[in-house]
Amino acid sequence: MSFDHLRATYFEECAELLESAYAQLAALAQGREDADTVHALFRAIHSIKGGGGAFGFGRLVGLAHAMETLLDLLRDGTIAFTPELVTLMLRGTDALADLLAAERDGAAAPPGLEAELTEAFLAAAAGTGAPASPAAAPPAAAAACDTGWRLRFRPHPAMFRNANEPLLLVRELRRLGPVTVAADASRLPPLERLEAEDAYIAWTFELTEPAPRDKVEEVFEFVIDDCELEIEPLAAESPVDLVPASPSDIVAPSGERPPPTRPPAEAASPVRAEAAAPSVRVDVSKIDRLVNLVGELVINQAMLLQHASILPADLCPGLINGLETLAQHSRELQEGVMAIRTQPVKSVFARMPRLVRELSAQLGKDVRLVITGEATEIDKTVVEQLADPLTHLLRNALDHGIETPDAREAAGKPRQGTVHLGAEQRSGRIVIELSDDGRGIDRARVLARARERGLVAADAALSEAEIDELIFLPSFSTAATVSAVSGRGVGMDVVRRNIQALGGRITLESRFGQGSRFVLSLPLTLAVLDGLVVAVGSEAYIVPISAIVESLRPHVEDIHAVPGRGNVLALRGAYIPLLPLHARFGVPGAVTDPSCGIVVIVETDHAGRLGLMVDELVGQQQVVVKSIEANYGQIGGVGGATILGDGRVALILDIPGLGAGVPPTTTRTIQPQPALQ
Amino acid sequence: MAKRVMTVDDSRTMREMVTFTLRKAGFDVSEAEDGQQALDVLKTAPVDVLITDLNMPRMDGVTLIRALRGDPKWRSVPILMLTTESDANKKAEGKSAGATGWLVKPFDPQKLIDVVKRVAG
Repeated sequence: MSFDHLRATYFEECAELLESAYAQLAALAQGREDADTVHALFRAIHSIKGGGGAFGFGRLVGLAHAMETLLDLLRDGTIAFTPELVTLMLRGTDALADLLAAERDGAAAPPGLEAELTEAFLAAAAGTGAPASPAAAPPAAAAACDTGWRLRFRPHPAMFRNANEPLLLVRELRRLGPVTVAADASRLPPLERLEAEDAYIAWTFELTEPAPRDKVEEVFEFVIDDCELEIEPLAAESPVDLVPASPSDIVAPSGERPPPTRPPAEAASPVRAEAAAPSVRVDVSKIDRLVNLVGELVINQAMLLQHASILPADLCPGLINGLETLAQHSRELQEGVMAIRTQPVKSVFARMPRLVRELSAQLGKDVRLVITGEATEIDKTVVEQLADPLTHLLRNALDHGIETPDAREAAGKPRQGTVHLGAEQRSGRIVIELSDDGRGIDRARVLARARERGLVAADAALSEAEIDELIFLPSFSTAATVSAVSGRGVGMDVVRRNIQALGGRITLESRFGQGSRFVLSLPLTLAVLDGLVVAVGSEAYIVPISAIVESLRPHVEDIHAVPGRGNVLALRGAYIPLLPLHARFGVPGAVTDPSCGIVVIVETDHAGRLGLMVDELVGQQQVVVKSIEANYGQIGGVGGATILGDGRVALILDIPGLGAGVPPTTTRTIQPQPALQ
Repeated sequence: MAKRVMTVDDSRTMREMVTFTLRKAGFDVSEAEDGQQALDVLKTAPVDVLITDLNMPRMDGVTLIRALRGDPKWRSVPILMLTTESDANKKAEGKSAGATGWLVKPFDPQKLIDVVKRVAG
């Protein structure tokens, strides 16, 4: 274990604590204001602060402390939660997350990020008349004395009950210098009246070393309330005149000590356990190794089955049956192992209600968010990267989709708009839907806007689906005015790119006046990919299904040669550059005439559509992704490799990488512009 | 034999810090995530010093201290509380429940070692 390891643990734990804090705040926002929720929220902030202090994250600690001060008052019921306080807490938690991210990445958080919030928390706490921030006692002046100290020490029984041991105090004092000890046993009663747990003996210690007074006091730090202690300079006869008196100099005799207050029963009762399934923390790399091994197993089993399939069926029926059972078990094992890496989408969905609440307040709209399927599980990496695209879609839905209450009423809709966020597993993929009952997409306006921006030729006739597609182009935005909520039109293309990077697809359905529905289809895991196996010469390649638009056998007359650029394919008024895979990867014996092969049209990030020339389509299958980079090195245009059922290695194409090698043509009808900065 | 210390804290970071610091100083350190788990483990694996957080789910530190002090075997075992300055009331509560001493979070590693040595003898 090292310091770096501790830091890593801290940030990892903080991610969980923040998630917990958001969950509690979501519950509070919905009016579920029970003691457990507030306690759990307090603990989360408290733990973030505790670790932060240890690493010297001063700004973080300052903010967390202010939040904690307020939470403390909320916790003991001094003040009640209001929607404003929930919002304030959310903003505070956001700021904590930002400060944590900055510390983690070694970046400086923007100055003043938290100052105003800290003030707001302290003000909210101070408004109740409670102390805003428990002032730390100023350190006692380190009074020194050039001779040494005499200490008169008389323990109270409470000291022994708390397992404090006078002998250890003497030993500790000895570390400061030579000590002489004189015991005063005058109060010791006769044996028959002696109570084993009472305290009878007093001591006088003389420390003949000029140690700082605070060092001497520190020795008695834990027992100061449970004893009588007088400390005076050794030479002094009259201590009161020489040492400035402070309350801690001479502890009140036992009679004046306030009786130990019994804490209210409620505070001492154990907090009810949060319902959490028992879990084991495992290093992700261990799981990945397991995923990999199971992948190998599945491939092996497929190879065995393929070899066995050429045997006459009656030769060894037991073998075939056994292999088929093995195939089934391997698949189940694979699913089981994949499931270890998965996480409920809840962790992302849980952030959305507050977003809706804040935005609708900001926009003056009344919006109800309905969440379904939050228990649906998906690969951890995918979950983590869903937050940004979903946030963006939700912002768009609220800003552009849902109308104001008055406008809705005028359109004959309920004043309150509804946004539905749902997740479900559908045939090996996770489908996330975000729909709203707002105004939908105004296709005429979208088309006008696209023409105005030169994205579409003035005379191009586009289908409804093609018009909807336009909003995914870089720098496209129909918002008449740039709004603070949904940004500056650099949105949907980024959303699509993020989703595609996860091996997913995003589609849009919309009915003008009735609402829009975005459907995100995502792979269950990044370790397995839905691929189209294509043949090029004697080689097989995998094209990720998520990138494929369509495939076709082109007509000779649609293929045009562009000098210096190779061939382009004319398709419904657009020109798509053709990339012969055999040439790209140097495969001999492949079909070289485009009109004799098949063109698989894929969508790339920057170069628009691209036509991959292949010999034939072999079939669609799930493949286990193997890293080439880890074993060999990076190859342009190749994202990984897999082993097919017949034991052959097939390269998985990296579509964005392939696209980067092709100069974008200037003859397309629909021509994305580079994103505006 | 190395002195046995148990750290009870719901924060993994805090537990690991205490463990890291004290192991380097030669202590034999075990961990528990809350009071209840500590009680369960301590039944079979006693320690020489216990360091506990106060704010924890399931069973908080004060309840843990009170439960332990109610057992004669635990009368003379030092129990340290890990508190923050905002826990002033909690500290008093912990003391009256029987805590031997306390450490203020964030703690200076050397201070932790010193304090544990001070109470453990």
